Amino acid sequence: MTAAVTTAPATVRVRRSQRSTRVGAPLLGLAVLVLAFLPFVAYTTVTSTLVTFFILLIMATMWNLLAGFAGLVSVGQQAYVGLGAYAVLWMSDLGVQPFLGVFLAAVVCAVIAIPTSLLAFRLRGDYFAVGTWVIAEAYRLVVVRSDALGGGSGRSLTTLSELDQTLREAGTYWTALTMVVACVVGSYLLLRSRLGLALTAVRDNEVAARSVGVDVTRAKRIVYLVSAAGCGAAGGLLLVSTLNVRPDSVFSVQWSAYMIFIVVIGGIGHIEGALVGSVVFFALQQALADYGSWYLVLVGLVAIAAALWLRGGLWGALSRRTGIRLFPIGYRVDRPS
Amino acid sequence: MTALLELAGITKRFGLVTVADGIDLSVGHGEALGIVGPNGAGKTTLFSMISGDLAPDDGEVRFDGAVVTSRDAAARCRLGLGRTYQVPRPFEDMTVFENVLVAARYGAGLPTRAGYELATSVLAETGLAAQANLRAGALTLLQRKRLEVARALGTRPRLLLLDEVAGGLTDPEVEELVAIVRALRGRGLAIVWIEHVVRALTSTVDRLVCLAGGSIIGDGTPAEVLASAAVREVYLGSDPEAAPAAPERTAPDLLGKLLR
Ligand SMILES: Nc1ncnc2c1ncn2[C@@H]1O[C@H](COP(=O)(O)OP(=O)(O)OP(=O)(O)O)[C@@H](O)[C@H]1O
Ligand SMILES: [Mg+2]
Repeated sequence: MTAAVTTAPATVRVRRSQRSTRVGAPLLGLAVLVLAFLPFVAYTTVTSTLVTFFILLIMATMWNLLAGFAGLVSVGQQAYVGLGAYAVLWMSDLGVQPFLGVFLAAVVCAVIAIPTSLLAFRLRGDYFAVGTWVIAEAYRLVVVRSDALGGGSGRSLTTLSELDQTLREAGTYWTALTMVVACVVGSYLLLRSRLGLALTAVRDNEVAARSVGVDVTRAKRIVYLVSAAGCGAAGGLLLVSTLNVRPDSVFSVQWSAYMIFIVVIGGIGHIEGALVGSVVFFALQQALADYGSWYLVLVGLVAIAAALWLRGGLWGALSRRTGIRLFPIGYRVDRPS
Repeated sequence: MTALLELAGITKRFGLVTVADGIDLSVGHGEALGIVGPNGAGKTTLFSMISGDLAPDDGEVRFDGAVVTSRDAAARCRLGLGRTYQVPRPFEDMTVFENVLVAARYGAGLPTRAGYELATSVLAETGLAAQANLRAGALTLLQRKRLEVARALGTRPRLLLLDEVAGGLTDPEVEELVAIVRALRGRGLAIVWIEHVVRALTSTVDRLVCLAGGSIIGDGTPAEVLASAAVREVYLGSDPEAAPAAPERTAPDLLGKLLR
């Protein structure tokens, strides 16, 4: 080993960020700041539209983490969307303020995800995907059987209705914004850490990752828990923003479909991909609002086109061409030449 | 002093085919052992059972005195078992540097800074320094084979398992790889090297094992093993006409040609 060390250059310079990051990061920070002030100047229609957007973005970011970095292609994340919504409802019955409840719902979902992962991780590939869906259905059935939670027809969240509407909308908005920032920044920090290195390795080749000492199951489980927490928060936000919950809609597989569409269009395996994909998806959704579910058909077609012809989605294509990275997670070696 | 690696009664069957039939083998500290054998002899399978990618049906694997049979590949790697894959398995969307860095951070368990340093020195050692920032998926075959070695070295192994790192390369490329392995050997790293290019082996290892039909049919110095009747029969066929009595000296070259 001594021989190896002496051949090493005295100083190895490794860079994690690049110019586009140093320009992009402050801009993103500024955008968040502007968004944070929005409730003081904008109509609640604007902020409530943004809340819907934030919810989508959270879900997409979480699915991207799961499928794009841990290789866990799940179609059952609606389990946590649903459980998150019901966790907020249940806790509000116990006297927990619903905005606070959203954060706690994330914790509740992470905890529920532990035993769930023990079951789900026994399945591989396609079986994992289908298995997660079945698990989500199982959770829906549990909720449907609970009369206290409103059974099959659902219930309203009454504790927030007492709040002044403007205040409630602003509170919902800030909670959602906080959650988005937490999810995006959290994913970024996670992927920049040692664990992120392991995850990218696992994504590329699981067997080889194991052979260099990566505890693959542990790495995947951590991501699964984080993703459950994020989706739980998104579910909680759904309840807080609509003030009512029905098991059929909150546990609907449609949420997973949205997450997949967004990430495939934006760019799987890129944090920026979920952002770009959410913008495109949301724009299509708003633009085609009058045409019923036609927007889903269109979005589906766009996603299929992206999957077939645009490796790495919109963001992947952009960053390949321009080299721009807002959230650099790689390592570049500077070589003294 | 106990051996570094000990296999006792390792048995593996795929359906009706027995690819390892109660194999006993030990590798000493700092020893360089070569393994030869015809295609499908079970060489790679044996490696996978040593590294933990595959569980044997029966038998025991001991590494540095500890029984590791029930430990997974990641745990064995952290104990000091590094392996390469016959068909390279790079982390394609990561850079060459990152490929080795994963190994250094996890396999060798190094903190950030020390990980950078080990990865850099390993890349220099394996002749990949200029490719450090390249996507691993963009590498040539020779570079991929080198990356296999580099990544295994990144785990700071005490025993390095090389599976046909010279396979499919041109003669000059083989020479380059042999030089790398010899340098490792010179550092006192224990090596087990599977190779069809027998010349590459004979110049590097001090002991050769021939595997055929799931059993060890030859074990000794390279010259002894290549000259033994059992080994020659496996390689050249039992028909005396098909196996002209070649002078002993040229046996390695003849085998090398046949097996290319
Ligand atoms: N997972 C598996 N399932 C079934 N059969 C397998 C499996 N892996 C290997 N085999 C079979 O076991 C035998 C030994 O394979 P192995 O790869 O160990 O041979 P090898 O000695 O490395 O050959 P080569 O020189 O071609 O690399 C072969 O007949 C192969 O087809
Ligand atoms: Mg083989």
